[in-house]
Amino acid sequence: MNARYWPLVATITIFVVAYALAVMQFPALFSTRVLGNLLTDNAFLGVTAVGMTFVILSGGIDLSVGSVIAFSGVLVAVLVSQLGLHPLPAFAITLLICTCFGGTMGAMIYYLEVPAFIVTLAGMFLARGVTFLLTQDSIPIDHAFYDWVRQFYYVMPGGGRITFNGGLMLLVFLVGIIVAHRTRFGSYVYAMGGNAQSAALLGVPVARTTIGIYAMSSFLAGLSGIVYSLYTSSGYPLAAVGVELETIAAVVIGGTLLSGGVGFMFGTLIGISIQGMIQTYIVFDGTLSSWWTKIVIGGLLFGFIVMQRVIIAASRRDWRTKPHPEPAPSG
Amino acid sequence: MAEPLLSAAHIDKSFLDNKVLDDVSMDLLPGEVHALLGENGAGKSTLIKILTGAYTHDSGTILLEGRPVHPRDTKHAQEMGVGTVYQEVNLLPNMTVAENLYIGRQPRRFGLVDSRKMERDAHQLLARYQLDIDVGAQLDTYSVAVQQIIAIARAVDISGKVLILDEPTASLDQHEVDVLFAILGRLKADGMAIVFITHFLDQVYEIADRVTVLRNGKRVGSHPIQDLDRMELVKMMLGQALEHDEAMRIGKARQAGELYASFRNYALSGKAAPFDLDLHKGEIVGVAGLLGSGRTEMARLLFGIDRPDSGELTVAGQKARLREPRDAVALGFAFAPEDRKIDGILGDLTVRENIMIALQARQGWTRPLSQKAQVEMADHFVKALDIRTTGIEQPVKFLSGGNQQKVVLARWLATNPRLLILDEPTRGIDVGAHAEIIRMINALCDQGMSLFVISSELDEIVAYSSRVLVLRDRAISGELRGAEITQGAIMEMIAAQHEVQPL
Repeated sequence: MNARYWPLVATITIFVVAYALAVMQFPALFSTRVLGNLLTDNAFLGVTAVGMTFVILSGGIDLSVGSVIAFSGVLVAVLVSQLGLHPLPAFAITLLICTCFGGTMGAMIYYLEVPAFIVTLAGMFLARGVTFLLTQDSIPIDHAFYDWVRQFYYVMPGGGRITFNGGLMLLVFLVGIIVAHRTRFGSYVYAMGGNAQSAALLGVPVARTTIGIYAMSSFLAGLSGIVYSLYTSSGYPLAAVGVELETIAAVVIGGTLLSGGVGFMFGTLIGISIQGMIQTYIVFDGTLSSWWTKIVIGGLLFGFIVMQRVIIAASRRDWRTKPHPEPAPSG
Repeated sequence: MAEPLLSAAHIDKSFLDNKVLDDVSMDLLPGEVHALLGENGAGKSTLIKILTGAYTHDSGTILLEGRPVHPRDTKHAQEMGVGTVYQEVNLLPNMTVAENLYIGRQPRRFGLVDSRKMERDAHQLLARYQLDIDVGAQLDTYSVAVQQIIAIARAVDISGKVLILDEPTASLDQHEVDVLFAILGRLKADGMAIVFITHFLDQVYEIADRVTVLRNGKRVGSHPIQDLDRMELVKMMLGQALEHDEAMRIGKARQAGELYASFRNYALSGKAAPFDLDLHKGEIVGVAGLLGSGRTEMARLLFGIDRPDSGELTVAGQKARLREPRDAVALGFAFAPEDRKIDGILGDLTVRENIMIALQARQGWTRPLSQKAQVEMADHFVKALDIRTTGIEQPVKFLSGGNQQKVVLARWLATNPRLLILDEPTRGIDVGAHAEIIRMINALCDQGMSLFVISSELDEIVAYSSRVLVLRDRAISGELRGAEITQGAIMEMIAAQHEVQPL
């Protein structure tokens, strides 16, 4: 088996084994109700993680998503509750602003040749700051449309509900999978993560793709903010602090190489599910501190990063055993 | 003569104040393989990058089929018909063969990539190159040779007029080279113009129709290959500097001291054929050979940067092993690498820090050198080597090339080495500093140090070497001693037909 599939297989194995162990202890965990809640509770995280997967596959990073989620939620709340706009145009305005924000970051990364880490770090502070400019407090959203949306759900056998948010996340993942694996844009993302220089020499439109990747990431973070506002019926400027890091963790645990070029969108879904499952387990147990989520995620992350190093080392060794491994350095 | 397919005329290119191409012209005829030769820094890659749109030229014209063209970028050049395959195959190892062939122009159905059609096309395309492989497999599961052919197939498929191959054979074995040449023969018959950059002279004579030689950014000449014998070709590449006065030939009369280090049967597959090497105290071993002949690879082995597949090392009568450069430093070896900007100096650190770092590294962090000792050491070397700096606290990146080189030398001299390995110690430094460094090399040898010096400057090698090793195809092909050492003799050895197959 190709070494690049190891992380995905490992992720799925961990999820299955951990879920089985949890079910042995709490048989009630094995139900569609738990599954439905898991989807709903992690919907905003999952939507963001799809964008983050593209970013990391391309060899970049986006630290701004947490702030963009908060910004989007607050902007929607301001537009709907304070300016009296209908939620649909409010969503459109918000998503447009978020997309432009991400596109600008992408353009800076490409044209100014500033590392994505720096640009999106600045974006993180900027978005959070602007959010506080809009409001210092939580703004409740009380609109008929919100109630209307909430009544959409699909009842699975066993009584579990796939809510609008949960369904939306699954839909975003489905689109993400198609875009990543079946479109030219997706192949450009993998190409840039494999080797940006080669990609450019092969004629990949690196500028357009970079801008597209970060625009998409911010668009999805904006969408995630809307999902979050549906979930909490409010916009809160301190929402989603640190979510960018949880998202990156989910992507990496999902088997995407932090150096880019290798990974699967489906793995990210599993990564999100592992995080959600740990939280669910802690709720079921009732005595554990919720900080255990962080501890377990930290441990898993460590394990996966070590595994990535091992895989890279293993594929290098493959090279060495071939008769003429690398092109001879000149001299 | 047929109309040239691509013709570059009077191309100039400078980077800042550094003129890298000076009035260079080159014509490519349809159906020819045109070898582009030259040593490091001759301007080959700059010329190629201009033709392929990666750089823009300062002046001159490029005509493609008689019409002036201005390639904006690589993609634009590809679309106009000029495709390139680089030495480090510039494909995407993490993607499939088919994706590599068609990225950016994948066939689509309903807006989505039609991977079935893409793989079918890829399979057909590669069949023309007698390559029957699983195009759905990831690229890096195939050998470099196969990747090379895939890259060529892609370039020809997109461009189809001019194919530029930058050292395509550097990492191929003989059989793979034959396969590649058969493909080039077919493309040539189809009327493509092929530029072939290589440093293997045998391959030039095997495949090329014409040769253009560059040296120091200027064109030395273009000739049909049959009008040019090997000796002339090597002379064109290396240039004919004046023979030095006998008085300058200090190396010749020098008596080597006792044996210091002895490498037996050292070899690394693909980098260095098995060699034996004895280094004596008070001896300068000069190493000559064309670019790619394995000089740097040998130096890296001697200093433990690369680990040999086989071989034994005896230092001062004791068996020794080099697992990493630290071991070599512990044995008293020192190495000033070829590219001092990348491998040598630490540009942001000061002259003092750069000088003391090797000694400090050998002592270990538990025994820091005192500030006073560091300053004394730095002052001493700045004076002794005449390093031109505003002070020992000046960052090294602000020094001139020659002075940077002296700092690198000082760093190793501070460790009081017994064997000093120098890779191109005089590259890119001005004439004055040049002479000083040569004087220093001689002085160190007189103090009993053993030196192993790689250089492309034959006059320089002739001046100081006690012995000269000539490398070709990653093996020692000959050795000259004492009065035998002349530029002519070295060139003859480099140019000689070789009897052994390359590795």
